Amino acid sequence: MLDELSGVRDRGAVLEVASVGKVYATKGGQTEALRDITFSVGQGEFVCIVGPSGSGKTTLLKCIAGLLSPTSGEARFSGRRIGEPPEGLAVVFQEYGRSLFPWMSVAANVGLALKPMGLAKAECQGRVIEALRAVGLEHVSQSYPWQLSGGMQQRVAIARAVASQPRLLLMDEPFAAVDAQTRAELEDLVRRLWHQFGMTILFVTHDVDESVYLGGRVLVLSGAPTVIQENLEVDLPDVRDQLTTRRMERFVELRAHVYEQIQLAKRRNVAAGGT
Amino acid sequence: MKRTIRATGYTFALPCVLFGLWWALAQHSQSYFLPDPVKVVKMVPSVWGGPRLTEDVLPSLRRLVAGLGMAIIVGVAAGIPLGTYRKAREVFEPLLEFLRAVPSTVLAPILLLIVGINDWMKIDVIALGCAWPILLNTIEGVRSIDEVMADTAEILRLRRWRRLWYLVLPGAMPRIMAGIRQSLSIGLILMLVSEMFAASNGLGFAVVQFQRIFAIPQMWSGILLLGALGFVIAWIFGRLEKRVLRWYFGLKETTSAG
Repeated sequence: MLDELSGVRDRGAVLEVASVGKVYATKGGQTEALRDITFSVGQGEFVCIVGPSGSGKTTLLKCIAGLLSPTSGEARFSGRRIGEPPEGLAVVFQEYGRSLFPWMSVAANVGLALKPMGLAKAECQGRVIEALRAVGLEHVSQSYPWQLSGGMQQRVAIARAVASQPRLLLMDEPFAAVDAQTRAELEDLVRRLWHQFGMTILFVTHDVDESVYLGGRVLVLSGAPTVIQENLEVDLPDVRDQLTTRRMERFVELRAHVYEQIQLAKRRNVAAGGT
Repeated sequence: MKRTIRATGYTFALPCVLFGLWWALAQHSQSYFLPDPVKVVKMVPSVWGGPRLTEDVLPSLRRLVAGLGMAIIVGVAAGIPLGTYRKAREVFEPLLEFLRAVPSTVLAPILLLIVGINDWMKIDVIALGCAWPILLNTIEGVRSIDEVMADTAEILRLRRWRRLWYLVLPGAMPRIMAGIRQSLSIGLILMLVSEMFAASNGLGFAVVQFQRIFAIPQMWSGILLLGALGFVIAWIFGRLEKRVLRWYFGLKETTSAG
């Protein structure tokens, strides 16, 4: 199954991850977080990465974002090797409260993404308003982020990511810290923005339901040291709805399948005496 | 409204009591050195309002402001690289610890020799003493900038000056302001000491002058004025701090409430 992913370099891919491995040097020796990760994400895809806790999801995402350098292999963005955070890539972090700058208004936070692009002021303002409107927050543009609820803060972070019109949007368990109601709303929001802006999204989560509901494809990670355990096409209709989609027989099947894979990963992890 | 009155009451209750106590003591005291406080207060405008305002009070304030300004610039400018690079910290920290332990008052005679008896000597003494709390707080403030925010700045490709302006300076600002607050009182002390040591004008010079000619009530009026000055400076700074760190106090309030 992995053969179709590895090896040949796909020219149409936005992101190619080739044999990426990451070994941390720790006090007690070395910890192998990622062993050999290979996959690629094509233009306009919505791919979810799901894995048990401690499977190095965040490490992988940081390697892709250019925040960490892998110890082996490489990640390529539009064909170029990722060294430092490249232009055209945006990230939404889990910790919205620590990712927005509390000393700036909502609008200024969103506008921050446009600073290095050297756009004209009017163009910047236009894009900020457009991005805030897209997440339904144009009415709080002059508030400080900490004056908003958690869900709203994460929307601001999403608006900031969207404003730069990225070719690839990475999301690192973005909804892990919000309540279920808000989470459902934000999931639908991300699906809508994906359609609206034609972005490519790589979405990391530990939530099986979320990965199947959101993605067009789900990559299941094994426990550490991590490899890709499965690459699963999500053959659900493109238009998704919290009620009808989640009730579909196919959804329930896919969900059960991914869940089994995760359990398998966990068991293997325990059997291997993994950390 | 009622609350403001009560708050004002709390603020001024103790000073009023102490002032009353001083007054009562002075009524029964024969001591030449403990004058009637009412007399001293009445003396403040006549002693300090005339030519002494431009000859002593304003030069002192000028030195204080210049010294503080220099300390802020030096402290923040040196604190940012030291807070950013661990290597730099490791090299400089022992030296800084030693230099900090040297009381800046002792630098007055040395600077007197190097710089000479002029305004710059006093400004340098004030700046040298005030720079430490600002420097150390800036280092700590820069070092403790949130990791996720730093990652965010990376991803947003905010580099160099943009990073400094949008992330590092505002992120370290609460600590920088705390450092400046500490340096205010140090600055006032050093201003006085340097003027007592070698000067031909200034508040410190005038107070010592009064003491030498046994103009005791005048001397006391200078001390009162200095106290009031310290109070006013702290108050102005408090207002400034509230303005600059509006986001910080607001954030603290919401996190403690939630």
